[in-house]
Amino acid sequence: MSRQYVIRRMLIAIPSLLGISVILFTILAMAPGDPFEELATNPAIPPEVRQALRTKFGLDDPVWQRYLHWLSAMVQGDWGFSFQSRMDVDTLILQRLPVTLIVIGASQILAISVAIPVGVLAAIRPYSVFDQVASTFAMIGFSLPTFFTGLVLILIFSIQLDWLPFVYRADIHATGWAFYWEHLKQSIMPVVVLGLAQAGTLVRFMRSSVLDVIRLDYVTTARSKGIGERKVIVKHVVRNALIPVVTLVFLQLPAVFGGAIVTEQIFRVPGIGSLLIAAILANDTPVVMGVTFVIACLVVLFNLIADILYGWLDPRISFR
Amino acid sequence: MAGSTPASLSADAPAAGVVQARKARSISPAIETWRRFRRHVLAVSGAIVLLIMVLGVLVGPSIWAVPINEIDFTAKLQGPSLKHPLGTDDLGQDLLARMMYGGKISLAVGFAAMMVALVVGVLVGAVAGMASGWVDAALMWLTDLFLALPTLPLLLLVIYLFRDSVKQVLGVEGGAFVLIVVVIGGLRWMPVARLVRAQFLSLREKEFVEAARALGASKVRQVVQHILPNALGPVIVVGTIDVATAIIFESTLSFLGLGFPSDVPTWGSMLRDAKDYLDIAPHWALFPGAAIFLTVLAINFIGDGLRDAFDPRRVL
Repeated sequence: MSRQYVIRRMLIAIPSLLGISVILFTILAMAPGDPFEELATNPAIPPEVRQALRTKFGLDDPVWQRYLHWLSAMVQGDWGFSFQSRMDVDTLILQRLPVTLIVIGASQILAISVAIPVGVLAAIRPYSVFDQVASTFAMIGFSLPTFFTGLVLILIFSIQLDWLPFVYRADIHATGWAFYWEHLKQSIMPVVVLGLAQAGTLVRFMRSSVLDVIRLDYVTTARSKGIGERKVIVKHVVRNALIPVVTLVFLQLPAVFGGAIVTEQIFRVPGIGSLLIAAILANDTPVVMGVTFVIACLVVLFNLIADILYGWLDPRISFR
Repeated sequence: MAGSTPASLSADAPAAGVVQARKARSISPAIETWRRFRRHVLAVSGAIVLLIMVLGVLVGPSIWAVPINEIDFTAKLQGPSLKHPLGTDDLGQDLLARMMYGGKISLAVGFAAMMVALVVGVLVGAVAGMASGWVDAALMWLTDLFLALPTLPLLLLVIYLFRDSVKQVLGVEGGAFVLIVVVIGGLRWMPVARLVRAQFLSLREKEFVEAARALGASKVRQVVQHILPNALGPVIVVGTIDVATAIIFESTLSFLGLGFPSDVPTWGSMLRDAKDYLDIAPHWALFPGAAIFLTVLAINFIGDGLRDAFDPRRVL
């Protein structure tokens, strides 16, 4: 993979970031509500003062000037102040982001490690009993809304069996192994909920990807050379079948972030998803904007990584 | 063929001619598709489940005529019984009646949002596929941009910012409905657009379109009469799956408390209210959750069956 390819992909990401910022700003600018509405209804404040304030904060500027102003503030990390938490939005988001990334990362690892073997086994014997069962379960996992899976898991493992806590706590009073054990225990359910939803999609995709590859001539060649079936599958088939799946994992991330918002809300995980919901319910606009922007940036970043990985895994792409 | 085909825009017109020419006994592609669909056991079961659901929410309320907001504290949080087949909630309201009301909303949102997504997607895809050049490039850039947007956060943002003003114009329930449908549809049209464009790019070079062009058919006629009907199969499949996605999005929004106003029972908002009573009244959460799951699963199986049925390369 050439360095040129990576640089070109990165340059392509810039217009999409700008495009997303334009969409966000348009939504914000079109939204009803005037920050100085309160002053308009207050009889103690003369209209001239209000007008002066509007001019001072640039509310009467042309739209493109306001956009540039907003964009430069966002780029410089000046994201505003959270009315609810009494702190800067960027500090607040940075505090919450790691938890979300850990939960999403763990759930992706779980999804991949379940989906790849199941998808491969289902594709090796298409329309066998295993394939039918796996496909049905994949469809079920794919159709289960995350909030329902979450509630059912809480019902089974927290209420009926009383094995796992259903509220995620950041302040665990324990040290050493007990600390990690508690953290692991409370992370199991959020990670499983997110991971299973994702695994359903991945199994279906992995299966069709293997089915596409397994019929190719080079696989027949490998078999006819006398290589064992196991080795043919693992070394020849799966390797190539994984290429589109790796891309899909990254391209699915916008949906995963959506799932993470719901999951964090159910289990009260203190990540950016629950921050977003709390901010929306409390009318905390700067936080809402900030979190949406961060998630959008992360999605663009992961799309970029997917593109670059795809070029690395499949050298034919780079020379296009 | 012009004489034998009805004037209606039917998906089978051009292909039917081919079959007729080859065989004396003609089977229209619609019947052929149905024949293939029928063999897909899960898809047929999905269709039956969905039909029962639709009938249940449409006809059900006239049979089970219990008001959705009749409060009865003596019967609160009861499990299923003869008087309340699905039990009651914390205010003693009948869950079966509320489920039927909520199901109507969920299904209506699903189908309406799918229509919005299809109309926008087909329009963008068709224009991009026919125009080529910079129009195509610009539209596809826009499509890719929208694909990169995180749907749920944006959905939450738009509803958060606009719900009050839409409510003033269209009323509480109508406002929420229109807003949710437009926003879900507006964030789900991209796969349709890409699919339609790809179909158009290949179909517009086919001989039968060239023949129409040679006969002097205008661009609009080429699209409406010849290309679009042939591109519809995969679009219908995506549209089916979109209904399921829209239902999930709607219930997610209601579950998070940002969908319909809280006094309107939808499956999502019932789950939201029920989640604090999981330990004493699990039935309250399980019934609406199972309803969402069954509906979505049924629609997804139908989509799967349709995909197989529309795919002529697949031997069934």
